[in-house]
Amino acid sequence: MGDNKFEIHKLNLYYGSNQVLKDIDLNIAEHKVTALIGPSGCGKSTLLRTLNRMNDLIPGVRIEGSILLDGEDIYQPELDVVNLRKRVGMVFQRPNPFPKSIFENIAYGPRHHGVRDKAELTEIVEWSLTKAALWDEVKDKIHKSALELSGGQQQRLCIARALAVKPDVLLMDEPCSALDPISTARVEDLIDELKKDYTIVVVTHNMQQAARISEYTAFLLNGSLIEYAETNRLFTNPSRKETEDYITGRFG
Amino acid sequence: MSVQVKEKLAACFVWGAALLTVGALVIIIGYIMFQGLDRISISFLLENPRRMGSEGGIFSPLLGTIYFTLVTMLLAIPIGVGAAIYLTEFTAEGLLVRVIRFFTDALAGIPSIVIGLFGFAFFVVMLRPLTGGWSILSASLTAFCMILPIMIRVSEEALHAIPASIREGSLALGVSKWDTVLHVVLPGALPGILTAALLGIGRVIGETAPLLLTLGGSLLVPKSIFSPSRTLSMHLYLVAMETGEFSVAFATAAVLVMVILLLNLGGYYLMKHLGRRIRGA
Repeated sequence: MGDNKFEIHKLNLYYGSNQVLKDIDLNIAEHKVTALIGPSGCGKSTLLRTLNRMNDLIPGVRIEGSILLDGEDIYQPELDVVNLRKRVGMVFQRPNPFPKSIFENIAYGPRHHGVRDKAELTEIVEWSLTKAALWDEVKDKIHKSALELSGGQQQRLCIARALAVKPDVLLMDEPCSALDPISTARVEDLIDELKKDYTIVVVTHNMQQAARISEYTAFLLNGSLIEYAETNRLFTNPSRKETEDYITGRFG
Repeated sequence: MSVQVKEKLAACFVWGAALLTVGALVIIIGYIMFQGLDRISISFLLENPRRMGSEGGIFSPLLGTIYFTLVTMLLAIPIGVGAAIYLTEFTAEGLLVRVIRFFTDALAGIPSIVIGLFGFAFFVVMLRPLTGGWSILSASLTAFCMILPIMIRVSEEALHAIPASIREGSLALGVSKWDTVLHVVLPGALPGILTAALLGIGRVIGETAPLLLTLGGSLLVPKSIFSPSRTLSMHLYLVAMETGEFSVAFATAAVLVMVILLLNLGGYYLMKHLGRRIRGA
């Protein structure tokens, strides 16, 4: 399976008294696309958000177990969350560009991490937008508002924004669920392109999408990891009854 | 009654209500302008009042209004916005926040003359060595107590209107909470915060009762924030009641109304302009 980027061990997560993740053991391979699938409320987004500690923001959340990123526990008390989130970028379900210009959207992250030089920022902006396959569409209106872009363009802008802080990992929480089919295809192509350089974890509702874009798939149900395997095998020859029921559309 | 007739009656009613609202406003402003305008001139604006205000102009009350409003807003904007940021961004919706909300709402419901009485006892009498007794500072501190709740509430609403996804987007880039508030949340909320400031100014500028108890009513040009002074609204009351010179009172009212209209127009323009600029277009 190659090297593991994340090693998740005995992960339990509670919102108050409600247990959302149960005893999750999962390794995520470096430079591969791993898909998290499962019905609504199964905990797949929550699991994704433990990887950059976005769950910390929710009051009353309690986490047990460990998650190692390159062998280092990201839940140890002295860990710098800001630094973690720099290494583990995130793209959300709905495009959430800042109400600023395209340039400022991309430059925002690097600037906060200490890049002040205008020429260097310009270079990062062009690099990120090129990487996110958006540069050609926006290079003439880089100082126009990001809110004028189409939904698909906004989502690629958000990907570019995440890339601009030079992460190793990209977390994507149903990145195409608010997009039309053509935009979805473009984002999927982009994911395929990006996995050369990044470890990608993507939550998706769409099983065809998981099959198209990922090497590995994890199936979650009611907070438990039911099955984790190479995508091809999981979809053609699932070893668990629940997985088969889900992928053949018997529930969910 | 047939449906059509009911519809017509309902339409007539809402139309009438809307017309009455606009009509009342037009009549009030029109009447004040009609009564006041012919006395207004450059010299009326630039001369100091004489003989208790029955003669001369309104220069010192105009200046007093500007000083007083400025000092009050310098106190109220940072503290109101700061409190709103604390309540929306840095606390969970818990007991403490509910208690603070309850008290700010209660404060907003206290009649301004009662706050004025408190201001008189506390800022004018007790803190005389610090505030200079009857002074712009005492009046501003009193008005600050009065408008703080509305400033907090409206700023809070402006901050709440910024979607959580935008905050998450910034935090997920490894930007700290404080920087996120400063660079993403506050700029987005700026038009709303400006509305809060304008509402505050509008309220302060027209307020009279608490000022009668705290500002002193001096007709001299104020030398500093420790000097007593009077505002236009206070001047209009005092001139009307003490000298019976209603033409001066109406001219003062006309100036006051114009100042408020200008402020609102300016605020409206600024809001549109700022809104466009921070969206990057």
